[in-house]
Amino acid sequence: MIPRIYVPGDSGALALGAEKVAKAVEKELADRGIEAKIVRNGSRGAYFLEPMVEVATANGRVAYGPVKPSDVKSLFDCGFLTGGYHKRWLGAPDKIPFLAKQTRLTFARCGVINPLSLDHYKAHGGLKGLQNAVGLAPADIVKQVTESGLRGRGGAGFPTGIKWKTVLETTADKKYIVCNADEGDSATFADRMIMEGDPFVLIEGMAIAGIATGATKGFVYIRSEYPHAVAMMEKAVEVARKAGLLGVNVLGSPNAFDMEIRVGAGAYVCGEETSLLNSLEGKRGVVRAKPPLPAIQGLFGKPTVINNVISLASVPVIMDKGAAFYKNFGMGRSRGTIPIQIAGNVRYGGLFEAAFGMTLGEIVDDIGGGTATGRPVKAVQVGGPLGAYFPRSLFDTPFDYEAFAAKDGLIGHAGITVFDDTADMLRQARFAMEFCAIESCGKCTPCRIGSTRGVETIDKIARGIEPEKQIELVTDLCNTMKFGSLCALGGFTPYPVMSAINHFRDDFKPAPVAEAAE
Amino acid sequence: MTMQPAGTEIASRTAAIVQELKGLEGPLLPILHGIQEEFGHVPQDALPVIAEALNISKAEVHGVVTFYHDYRSHPAGRHVLKLCQAEACQSMGSDAIAAKLKQLLGIGFHETARDGSVTLEPVYCLGLCACAPSAMLDGEVIGRLDDEKLDEIAAEVRS
Ligand SMILES: Cc1cc2nc3c(=O)[nH]c(=O)nc-3n(C[C@H](O)[C@H](O)[C@H](O)COP(=O)(O)O)c2cc1C
Ligand code: SF4
Ligand code: FES
Ligand code: FES
Repeated sequence: MIPRIYVPGDSGALALGAEKVAKAVEKELADRGIEAKIVRNGSRGAYFLEPMVEVATANGRVAYGPVKPSDVKSLFDCGFLTGGYHKRWLGAPDKIPFLAKQTRLTFARCGVINPLSLDHYKAHGGLKGLQNAVGLAPADIVKQVTESGLRGRGGAGFPTGIKWKTVLETTADKKYIVCNADEGDSATFADRMIMEGDPFVLIEGMAIAGIATGATKGFVYIRSEYPHAVAMMEKAVEVARKAGLLGVNVLGSPNAFDMEIRVGAGAYVCGEETSLLNSLEGKRGVVRAKPPLPAIQGLFGKPTVINNVISLASVPVIMDKGAAFYKNFGMGRSRGTIPIQIAGNVRYGGLFEAAFGMTLGEIVDDIGGGTATGRPVKAVQVGGPLGAYFPRSLFDTPFDYEAFAAKDGLIGHAGITVFDDTADMLRQARFAMEFCAIESCGKCTPCRIGSTRGVETIDKIARGIEPEKQIELVTDLCNTMKFGSLCALGGFTPYPVMSAINHFRDDFKPAPVAEAAE
Repeated sequence: MTMQPAGTEIASRTAAIVQELKGLEGPLLPILHGIQEEFGHVPQDALPVIAEALNISKAEVHGVVTFYHDYRSHPAGRHVLKLCQAEACQSMGSDAIAAKLKQLLGIGFHETARDGSVTLEPVYCLGLCACAPSAMLDGEVIGRLDDEKLDEIAAEVRS
């Protein structure tokens, strides 16, 4: 058997030099006259170890990382093709603590298989969910998804099964499945990782959604900032079509389902579902008023399921192992697993899939290992640019939709940004307002104009102009935005702003004169 | 300055792109992406061609083009450098990175160097938030930016 070497082609790994490592491996193989196959897998998500190179040995996979191009020669000298010891040796990848502690349901194959090999996909449990689904009545598929307790992973946490039920029960000549792959939130990369590392799981999830609701056409709307994900999804759709996984007879069944990949154009608000639908239709990405719900009148006025990548990619394992299996993980009304993305100023950054219920402190301190700079953690933003800043005193909050809401925060798409004690929370509050102003779709005055007023008012605080009065003004403004905005861009920008003010009040006091010396 | 194609040439090249894509459901964004890829920006002369082919008003096409951050009205430099300015990158010092880069390149955000070598743009997240601060140079991703990498980038765009 010729040796197999895995060098991730995931964007995160590429950003850390994986392409140069792959080239160096190729060259070394050629120089030494060794025949081997280089597989460009996705990432397992331990970015502090990327580029993480693996070899398949007689005793299983052995990982090395982070590998620099200059390490490659010595790796060969140390016999890494048979798992030999080297200073970058990590041993079996699934024994690496960061990975061993996870519960990988949605990400079971990500970083393990060749993303474009359907054979690998099947060898690792792929397609079983879809096979089960084609043998079921649509209402029974919907029932399983509902019973699994799966809630939308895009941010709002709406029960996926209930959304599907509405589409199933609405009659129309055409229905659509739209996958929201706009992933605009800072600190999030789970959608990107799945699309780059296990694209078939998304395709499988969408095909199941189609069969469950009677939709025959799917679109994946991917943000333009993700060129690698776009390329991978396009290739995977081609492979799936050729293999009969997509087309007029999905897996030989009487169900038709096909899909197209579409690319966004750099507008954060297009992640909002109705704005995304307008964008797909070729219009300005302005948010639509609801009702009508997209499930009743969505894309081109037809009943449409719109779901986040992770929601759809979690369906195959539910249809494979059953609703009860999935539901068994988690806490309260947050069932199953959630891919937590640990980012920013953190020592062990990456994707950590776990059952709901871990505390924020466990995630940041135990899993994340504190800050990358080694300084104390000051604040953690959970849920992207519309999420609240949490101080250490709230680190006992468990990762659960309701628990975060109770602390005036949100889980969102489960991205976590860690800040050390050099962070200035006034600047973070200002940025939240500024971002809202840049990205507002322009429909509501509080969002469009209010955010700009917010920036100006916070600037006055920074200059020490009647700070207490300005804080009152910002608080008022946040209330107006919260209740006077059509969507969560204007409506949730108050979360980061007010949490910064409430939990880090010292940063909003007039700067002492001495600071000029720093 | 790079040579600008004449209006008639823009129209004919646009027509070819429109022809190829207009059968899609909701073809406008794919068409605009195709045009920007062809010309490096979305030229004014392309708009009436699109409007006529899709049977919508020129004002509507203009409205869509101006809504999205990606579509440029003017050509970019030979290289396009996008620097992430979102929260995860902020937590790793993206402000200082931006300041240094602006100084190295002699331009600010949304500006193109006088010699046409590079356009600098802010971007709000590249999905590389566990490898912050990050950037994208002509579609290539770069993580954990530091002074050394900035110098390399500056040298590359000037060469
Ligand atoms: C401003 C804004 C941006 C959003 N961005 C995204 C996004 O990038 N990806 C996503 O899945 N949902 C996003 N959402 C949430 C969607 O509107 C919607 O709730 C989601 O796509 C539904 O899918 P789910 O039920 O599977 O989560 C955004 C919402 C708002 C208000
Ligand atoms: S809140 Fe802002 S982004 Fe949302 S609909 Fe209103 S103006 Fe548009
Ligand atoms: S990685 Fe190839 S079949 Fe498992
Ligand atoms: S915040 Fe910079 S890459 Fe995500």
